[in-house]
Amino acid sequence: MTRPGNAALFLTYLQIGLTSFGGVNAWARRVLVEQRGWLTEQEYAEILGIGQVLPGPNALNTAIGVGMRFGGATGALACVVGLFAGPMALLAVIASLYDAYGELPLVRAVLTGIAAAAAGMVLGTAMKMVQKLRPALPLLAVGLAALVLALLRAPLPFVVLGLAPFGLAGAWWALRR
Amino acid sequence: MTHEDDLWQLVIGFLGISLLSVGGGIAALPEMHRLVVETHGWMDGLAFAKRYALAQAAPGPNVMVVGLFGWHVAGLTGMFAAMLAMCGPTSILAYGFFRLRGRLSGALWMRVFERGMVPIAIGLIAASGLLLAGGVADAPLAVAITAGSTLFVWRTRRSPLWVLAVGAGLGAAFLR
Repeated sequence: MTRPGNAALFLTYLQIGLTSFGGVNAWARRVLVEQRGWLTEQEYAEILGIGQVLPGPNALNTAIGVGMRFGGATGALACVVGLFAGPMALLAVIASLYDAYGELPLVRAVLTGIAAAAAGMVLGTAMKMVQKLRPALPLLAVGLAALVLALLRAPLPFVVLGLAPFGLAGAWWALRR
Repeated sequence: MTHEDDLWQLVIGFLGISLLSVGGGIAALPEMHRLVVETHGWMDGLAFAKRYALAQAAPGPNVMVVGLFGWHVAGLTGMFAAMLAMCGPTSILAYGFFRLRGRLSGALWMRVFERGMVPIAIGLIAASGLLLAGGVADAPLAVAITAGSTLFVWRTRRSPLWVLAVGAGLGAAFLR
């Protein structure tokens, strides 16, 4: 496994930022684990897991975690700037275009189709992670509980803090086995 | 209300939301709706939903939708101000946490913490996918696109850009 420098981190996250339609996590996993081989499935899932339970955008927190793992503070900065540079520039253009053309029927239809596909992408990524990690039964139950509580629109701090003890107990049991 | 007042309300609002947004951008959406639509009336519910769909269709983190809200309220300045408020303080927090983790890596309780949080994260991702699917599930074709996309991403290693391109094509042809 290679150990990327700051330039490689910046360029990789620039690529992730510009290609990550429908949410960054699926794309980051694909690039970092499958294409670059910088992280194993378990390592990526652990950084992502922390990125998700800390407050703030998941993709941003995860980028900071990945950057710090390879390049400390400057590595984190390289990842974050790379992640946001492309989308911020695009967003200014998109917002202007949307003000002008957002009401056209064709634009609305295309957006709906893309949104439907993006939803499936998020779901498929979750399935893939479960399949590859093959979590022990208690941890699977904790994941399902998080899914159900979130769908019932329970407040997120409540879901995370409420399930954390069970997740920790399950992980303790799995590691000790 | 002056333009400058709006800008400050925008910054303060998203600062508060960012510190509450455990579980990520999609989870914080109801709080954003409260701020942008209900409290300040910057846009109506439909405009809110459309901007969310637009951010989903564009590349980048889900949190980019915050930039679109900011743009609507105060143009380019609003876009940067809202994004900075949403991302700045939590980035410093994340930096501090990962720094701590680096020193403690390998400790048993740290590995327990990480492994224990992974299933919660995956559960929340799955819930986000289902909530997103529910938002576009008006037409049977949209449900079919979502199901096909789920299978494709789950069962193959091909680029997910394919499903988005096919989704756009099917949408243009049949969802008008």
